[in-house]
Amino acid sequence: MDVNEYIASGILELYVAGQLSEKENSEVYTLAMEHPEIAAEIESIEAAVLDLARTAAPSQKPEFESLKNRLPLQEDTKVVTIAKKDTNWTAYLGWAASLLLALGLFWVYNQNSELKSRIEVANQENRKLEQQIAESDTSLEKSRTLLQTIRDKDITVVPLGGQKVSPESYAKAYWNKKEQKVFIDAQGLPDPPDGMVYQVWSLKVDPLTPTSMGILEDFVSDDNKVFALANPNDSEAFGITLEPAGGSVSPNLEQLYALGAVSS
Amino acid sequence: MQLEALVERFRQKDVSAFEKLYDMYAVNISGAINTIVRDEDLAQEICQDVFLKVWNKAEHYNSSKGRFFTWVLNIARNAAIDKVRSKSHKNSKKNLSADYFVGILAYEESSEGTIDTDRLKRLVKGLKAKCIEIIEMLYFRGYTQKEAAEELEIPVGTVKTRNRSCISQLRENLNL
Repeated sequence: MDVNEYIASGILELYVAGQLSEKENSEVYTLAMEHPEIAAEIESIEAAVLDLARTAAPSQKPEFESLKNRLPLQEDTKVVTIAKKDTNWTAYLGWAASLLLALGLFWVYNQNSELKSRIEVANQENRKLEQQIAESDTSLEKSRTLLQTIRDKDITVVPLGGQKVSPESYAKAYWNKKEQKVFIDAQGLPDPPDGMVYQVWSLKVDPLTPTSMGILEDFVSDDNKVFALANPNDSEAFGITLEPAGGSVSPNLEQLYALGAVSS
Repeated sequence: MQLEALVERFRQKDVSAFEKLYDMYAVNISGAINTIVRDEDLAQEICQDVFLKVWNKAEHYNSSKGRFFTWVLNIARNAAIDKVRSKSHKNSKKNLSADYFVGILAYEESSEGTIDTDRLKRLVKGLKAKCIEIIEMLYFRGYTQKEAAEELEIPVGTVKTRNRSCISQLRENLNL
């Protein structure tokens, strides 16, 4: 670079006037550091402008003392103030952070407890459902056995019709002669009054000979109302009567609820 | 050099360095302000405000802002112009045209009295009015080169070269 040409360009006069961009200012500054001629030129230009400005200065000289009193705080105080402010700020930030952390921990603890109790509830629900499934399985197994029994080819089905006491009643007897078993489907009978039970009888018609096959136990609480009874007799008909709890030796025919003959 | 070191200490909020810079420039800055407000007491007052501002903005100054004097001069100019444009000066006939130095020279017998006219005359000896005008615009009024070119009705490129030759003349007179 030709230093003289650079000086002659007039850029340094503009530099002192403050007419250049920040980038150009930095460039001039750098060049002035490298070339003493440029630095000297800048000082001369500045001196000329300073001198011109001085001609317009008020006669009374400006006093630094009056300005000094207006400076915001003296050096030492200022430093202390800043440090104090910084400390306070940091302390506040610290307290705020601690508070946030405490709140956060408390929240997490609460969340944790809530989740634990939810898991407990879910476990209980689970156990309940498992039990229901087990019960259903048992019930299904029972139903299957029942269905299989009823479908057996050796089964004789005997419909029992309602009698005078309760014409609406009905029942069915599934008799497996080979296994000497009878299943009584008593869904069509009303619940017996307290202290009374239904008793099933095997009947011979001529002469009329009733033989007790047993009572329908726990009638009310039994869900499917199917009862298995042993029947070694050569029955010609089946009858169901209402008897006092524990059953009777001979049937009370006044309280005959259902009756049906075995078709031969 | 010493100025660099002083300015650096000033940036660190060293009051004694600031005082030295004040002693170096306050008179000139109050003069520059006076060319705009044309009121000595007001110029003094603004000058103190300007240096207070300079102190408060110390950490903002760096070499990309140009010379320290240039930076302070810019702050002073803005403060003075603000004052002139403010309501308190609304009714004043004084405007911002670059006619301070030219005006003083035109009325040599001006009774302002306090102005160092002898010194001024020595400085601007041999300078044309157009020369004084361009210096006043660029240094004391804050005109951009483009604004100065429009005002003087000359090409923008000419502003730079004319300013250079005018300042050179001023410098020669300074050494007389």
